[in-house]
Amino acid sequence: MQSFGLIHVEFLAWAALWTVGLSLIAFVGGGLLGFAVALARVSGSLAVRAAAIVYIQIVQGTPLLILLFLIYFGVAVAGFSGVPAILAAGAGLTVYSSGFLAEIWRGCIQSVPKTQWEAAECLALTRWQRMTRVILPQALRMATAPTVGFLVQIVKNTSLASVVGFVELSQAGKLINNSIFEPFTIFVTVALFYFALCFPLSTWSRSLERKLNVSRR
Amino acid sequence: MSYQFDFAALLPYWPEFAMGMWLTLQLSAVATVLGFVVGTLCAIGRADGPPAVKWAVAAYVEIIRNTPLLVQIFLVYFGIATLGVHVSANMAAVAALVVNVGAYTSEIVRAGLESVHKAQLEAADCLGLSRAQTYWHVILRPAVERVYPALTSQYVLLMLASSITSQISAEELTAVANRVQSDTFRSFETYIVVGLLYLLLSFVVRVAFWLFGMGVFARRRKLGTAL
Repeated sequence: MQSFGLIHVEFLAWAALWTVGLSLIAFVGGGLLGFAVALARVSGSLAVRAAAIVYIQIVQGTPLLILLFLIYFGVAVAGFSGVPAILAAGAGLTVYSSGFLAEIWRGCIQSVPKTQWEAAECLALTRWQRMTRVILPQALRMATAPTVGFLVQIVKNTSLASVVGFVELSQAGKLINNSIFEPFTIFVTVALFYFALCFPLSTWSRSLERKLNVSRR
Repeated sequence: MSYQFDFAALLPYWPEFAMGMWLTLQLSAVATVLGFVVGTLCAIGRADGPPAVKWAVAAYVEIIRNTPLLVQIFLVYFGIATLGVHVSANMAAVAALVVNVGAYTSEIVRAGLESVHKAQLEAADCLGLSRAQTYWHVILRPAVERVYPALTSQYVLLMLASSITSQISAEELTAVANRVQSDTFRSFETYIVVGLLYLLLSFVVRVAFWLFGMGVFARRRKLGTAL
């Protein structure tokens, strides 16, 4: 029987690229959808606000694993067969990240001091101008650090895409394990790959947080 | 779209769903309690221990926070087996969840410890309390009270994350769902029902934490505010 060697590390490195790709899909998709939900969450209309709250509660109240299964089987139910695993996984992770990013960004938008909203109103800016020229630029500064922090969560959670048959880092680890059964070595290597992806992001997020606090003082 | 929904096919399986929910709650409850103990000890070690302990706790926290729970579960499950000890999947699941949530708890509790005012520590010193007494009577309760909401969210996330332990065939709610859907071929319906059950569970867990907080933190109960 073959033992764990360079060829397996190379396979894992390729799979790590898929992990990165899936993370990017989830971040971009989740970012766009999450931004829309965050705006809906602070909207003037009660119905829109309520819909956003319900959406966020549902996404945050169900496990990602169940969300992935729902989308995977839901797509088949809707009549599309043979949807590639990357689309199903990407859609599931997009929904998941949108729910959390929306709530993070809502906090940032609402933490812009009330006086700024009032001043914008006094200058007779429209709602749109007030958002794009006054509130969002300030909210963006606050949002950077937690958003980068959430990127770490996204990268880690792509590991669950393996359940819908998408071959990323964890699934690659499982495949290798099925052929040579050296679970401990294999999954330590897999964990090292994840650590190499996530640790720089965590450090970056922390340094952003520090910088922001310095400039505020 | 010509799909016929058939939720009735799932009805005969309700005792299994109930058992799955019960096991999910048990797993999360044990992991929460043990994880809180581990996390708090780590937080104290990091704040107050010798350099070697501080370094070890920092490394533990960074490693856990930067790797996925799924991989941690595999490592614990296969790691224990490699040592030659045979444990059930449920035990391995609890162990992995404790290791995982202990790291997150220690970061949250650390923030709480840092928020305790220095004057409180000096007062405890003046009263001649020992280090252990100071922690027990002066620091821990207000520290935990301040971070209680963050802890609550973390433990709700833990309950949801316990679904991942289905991957090593711990028999909790998600594992039940996987089995039921392969028995009935009603995958979409099964996961809709299980999604709703998880929503219900997260609501129940939140209420339980709120009630527990009301019971433990007298000030919150009497004044309606935190410290």
